[in-house]
Amino acid sequence: MDFIQLVISGLANGCVYGLIALGFVLIYKATEAVNFAQGDFMMIGAFVCLGFTNSEFLGLNFWLSIVLAMGVMAVLGYLFDWGILRHMSGQSQTSIVILTIAVGFVLRFVAGSVWSHEPVSLETPFAGEYVRAGGLVLGVNEILIIVVTVLLTLGLYLFFSRTKLGVAMQAASQNQLAAYYMGIPVKRIQSMVWALSGMVAAVAGVLFASKGAIDPSSGLLGIKAFAAAAIGGFGSLPGALVGGLIIGLIEPLSARYAPDGFAGIARIAPYAILIIVLIFRPGGLFSQTQKKKV
Amino acid sequence: MRFVFKTSYDADIKWFKHGAQLFWYILLLAALIALPLIFVWTGNPYLLGEITAVLIFSVSCLGLMLLTGQTGLASLGHAAFMAMGCYANILLLQAGLPWLIAFPLSGLLAGFFGTMIAFPVLRLHGVYLALATLAMSIITGDVIDLTERWTGGVGGMSVPDIDIFGFVINKYANPYAFYYLCLVVVVLCVAAYRNLLRSPSGRSFAAIRDSEVSAQAMGVNLTRTKATSFFLSCTAAGLAGALFGHSATFVTNETFDIVMSITLFLSIVIGGLGFIHGAFLGAIISGLIPVLIANGRTLLSTSMGININIPGLESALFAGIVIAFVLFEPMGLYGRWLKIRTYFELFPFYRKDMFRRQKSYLKTERVQ
Repeated sequence: MDFIQLVISGLANGCVYGLIALGFVLIYKATEAVNFAQGDFMMIGAFVCLGFTNSEFLGLNFWLSIVLAMGVMAVLGYLFDWGILRHMSGQSQTSIVILTIAVGFVLRFVAGSVWSHEPVSLETPFAGEYVRAGGLVLGVNEILIIVVTVLLTLGLYLFFSRTKLGVAMQAASQNQLAAYYMGIPVKRIQSMVWALSGMVAAVAGVLFASKGAIDPSSGLLGIKAFAAAAIGGFGSLPGALVGGLIIGLIEPLSARYAPDGFAGIARIAPYAILIIVLIFRPGGLFSQTQKKKV
Repeated sequence: MRFVFKTSYDADIKWFKHGAQLFWYILLLAALIALPLIFVWTGNPYLLGEITAVLIFSVSCLGLMLLTGQTGLASLGHAAFMAMGCYANILLLQAGLPWLIAFPLSGLLAGFFGTMIAFPVLRLHGVYLALATLAMSIITGDVIDLTERWTGGVGGMSVPDIDIFGFVINKYANPYAFYYLCLVVVVLCVAAYRNLLRSPSGRSFAAIRDSEVSAQAMGVNLTRTKATSFFLSCTAAGLAGALFGHSATFVTNETFDIVMSITLFLSIVIGGLGFIHGAFLGAIISGLIPVLIANGRTLLSTSMGININIPGLESALFAGIVIAFVLFEPMGLYGRWLKIRTYFELFPFYRKDMFRRQKSYLKTERVQ
């Protein structure tokens, strides 16, 4: 029982990591830019939703504010690509890494100044509610996180395989030049991928905030999501989710079953797994990289 | 504009291009040597401590510059290697080794262990190295906590004084000696860096930075060269970490945190990637910003009675400066200086695109 309980809460955590990693991989696949601010996007998404729904701010309906937050984050993502990143095309990947790290710092500062530097909790309609099944006590939020993640994944899968825009995004990320030739507006598509990734970040942020409190430095969670993305293999969407789940599961299990005096191992475990995966399967579990030939 | 007439191949790799350059660097060195006199005169060595901190920081900036600016690999975890150097130095000193042996050895140990851990990742694309080093930097604090038996963990550890043949140097008791010690280390590191750039290894680093595929085609062993660069970079970081330990006199698991790693990385970008001067300018900027903000805050509150206390302002300001540099001056402060200098040297024939670099379109790792 204890084990199943841990597994379910681990899965819920893992879903959040997986969603952040998903947003990160979406951008990486489409533009080859590594968005080190993805965790901070997630944090901002949560704060935007909090600003819409919490009673001390606007006090809107919870579900409506999720949709609004997704909209705001989509616009933010689009504008970030359109206004800044598009002008940097042709510069090295390192400069984009630097830029997004710096943007992360700025976002953290903005969130702290606008909302709060202290942890605040998101007012959800299901806060503190529990479901008892057998000997298990499950938080409604944990179940909801898993359900929403599954639905979102399904939605993204349908989007990428069935819609014209989704197929265009795939084409643009697989081969930019060929996509240009086929009449796909690659630049606009890339900005739309940023918007999509912003929406995913908003969902991840709301889910994360529903588990507890959110504060500006929650964005550092994004680092675990990078680990998740790298474990899954950088360019793979299912890999990102699986990587997230692995990390989510490892954390509570290693904390629970670690030998005495090694409680700190839970904090190291995700990164240790990352380094082990990089050593033995350098391309990640769902490797998609091949050596480039001239 | 001075034209150097080259009569031999050695002219291309000489330490100084011409006598005037040598003169200015000797002047700079003399100024740095004479600097403590000001503080002896005023009798307040507080600012000297800040300058020493900048010197120490610039050693690790130099190390990171070798990796990022010269070899084109991003490391977001250099504070982890500084921590390795620092703790190795303390442990070796406690084991009874003389400082003159423990100090270089601590740098080498940091380089060795850093390269051991990063070696598998070095075979991969650059982003993976950034991620792996980021992960290393995050777990540093926890690892120090777990190895409490040796490192003191959360309780921390005090750093022994430096002892060179009976001459004891402590930052507080003898700030001037500590300053000179750091200066010597900095000068040696710069000399090593400059020498490396003149050598075939230095040129193969630059080849990898500019294009991995062409470097490989020219016969550069990618993994080995990257590992060499990483080793040297970590060694410099380890030396800086050891000095940092002596400067802090007490280190805990929170001394070398992720913010330090990222600050290091961002400051070399502000300084100018790929230039020795850039490492120093970056270290000066990142050392100055907190001092300036603190002074500005005191000035505002004492003269105008305005109390501004915005948490996180320092890092946001720093990040804002970095964004501005990446967007408008990717060559950094030193690049800006080069442009201004060239403008006046060639006046009035400076053209707008003289420093434009070839764009590297989509360095993809996927098969096209």
